[in-house]
Amino acid sequence: MKTILKVEDLSKQYGGQEVLKNISLEVNEGDTIVIIGPSGTGKSTLLRCINLLTKADGGRIWLDNQEINAADVNEDEVRQHIGMVFQDFLLFNHLTALGNVMVGPTKVLGMSPDNARAKALMELERVGLCDKTDHYPGQLSGGQKQRVAIARALAMDPRVILFDEPTSALDPELIGEVLEVMRKLALEGMTMLVVTHEMGFAREVADRIVFIENGVVVEEGPPDDLFYRPKVERTREFLWKISELYGKRENESDGDVL
Amino acid sequence: MLLNMVGYILNGALTTLAVTGIALPMGFALGLLLALARVYGRAVVSRFATLYSIAMRGVPPVVLLFTLYFVIAGTVNISPFWAGSVSLGIISSAYQLEVFRGAILSVGQGQMMAARAIGMSRPKAIRYVVLPQAFRVVIPPWSNEAATVLKDSSLVYALGVTEVLRRAQFMSARTHQPFLAFGVAAAIYFLLTFITNRVLDSVERRVRIPSH
Repeated sequence: MKTILKVEDLSKQYGGQEVLKNISLEVNEGDTIVIIGPSGTGKSTLLRCINLLTKADGGRIWLDNQEINAADVNEDEVRQHIGMVFQDFLLFNHLTALGNVMVGPTKVLGMSPDNARAKALMELERVGLCDKTDHYPGQLSGGQKQRVAIARALAMDPRVILFDEPTSALDPELIGEVLEVMRKLALEGMTMLVVTHEMGFAREVADRIVFIENGVVVEEGPPDDLFYRPKVERTREFLWKISELYGKRENESDGDVL
Repeated sequence: MLLNMVGYILNGALTTLAVTGIALPMGFALGLLLALARVYGRAVVSRFATLYSIAMRGVPPVVLLFTLYFVIAGTVNISPFWAGSVSLGIISSAYQLEVFRGAILSVGQGQMMAARAIGMSRPKAIRYVVLPQAFRVVIPPWSNEAATVLKDSSLVYALGVTEVLRRAQFMSARTHQPFLAFGVAAAIYFLLTFITNRVLDSVERRVRIPSH
């Protein structure tokens, strides 16, 4: 089992407050790791430290055995190999869906426009949007925008994709289409690190769930372990409270008439 | 006789356009560069741009024109036309700095973040993601500045350049018909700014990003 991403003793402070306290994490190839926890406990910060958008105060990060937060590393180059999907999509508004997915390969990887277009069409097909290639972000629904964002990340052929609450900004009806794409990617063997509140997704798709609160890892393990045999009381409390909230909506969308 | 007057004053419009044609692009290039320095530059560079903006916008254009004219014409041997045009370019660059700065900031940090997330360097992110969006947003305030430069070009009359205003003055003195002479001048300026604004409106429509 190959370790793609390794985080060791990561710490980060914001304005005197410790947001991450010596967090350690390992992600193997093909893993889908879901990070859960109350809001504001540093989960997004963790992702941004991993792809070097935020500079950690302490700790080390390895991507494929390369220490990526060392001093002399070319951060731009590292970010080519770590994909990121944001809560607010953050599509490039002046480009079509196809343009959004092509811009990385052409302008960063130096691919020829023809090759980049072929690649982009392939990724858009993968997320189920080959009929929306000429649409601008302003013309797409939230779920479609997020799927374009996923295709944009995929087009760079990353080693791992980080998802920062990818469905939190979506209307309930549109969440399913995005989770479905993510489920598909996980099954295809993509290495994924997902911060989410979607417990159904976590239970079905995650290889491991990591529960973070107050900047520390409270517990981590396979979904069944955390849901049915949690070692920490707080884990049980958090998981069942959240499942109550999100599980209810899943039952509704299964067609139960309430 | 009116036709002669109009013709004479109208000839100055070419000079007006020439002055604007130098000052506006110069202000654009300098203003954009300084805006980038202000928003993305390191502390020293950014602070310089701020001071430049405050200084150049804190004084009436005509005062600055005279000051700059005597500085420029004092060191280099150039005509009032060129000294005036370059001075106006420098003044305009301070206003365009602010216009571009506002447009760049309005694009939002998220866009920059998403661009960096796919491996773009900051210069690439600015060039391929931020500026294309900023240029759309900037058109309305910029068209305002373009009209301003066109109208401010009249200030070079004080340096002796024979553009519209200078010629109107001359005509007014010769014919003792100030209302007519300056009325013609005003009409010409109005026509020029009107055309400019309409052209920029159509540009704005053409580059607008489609949305629902």
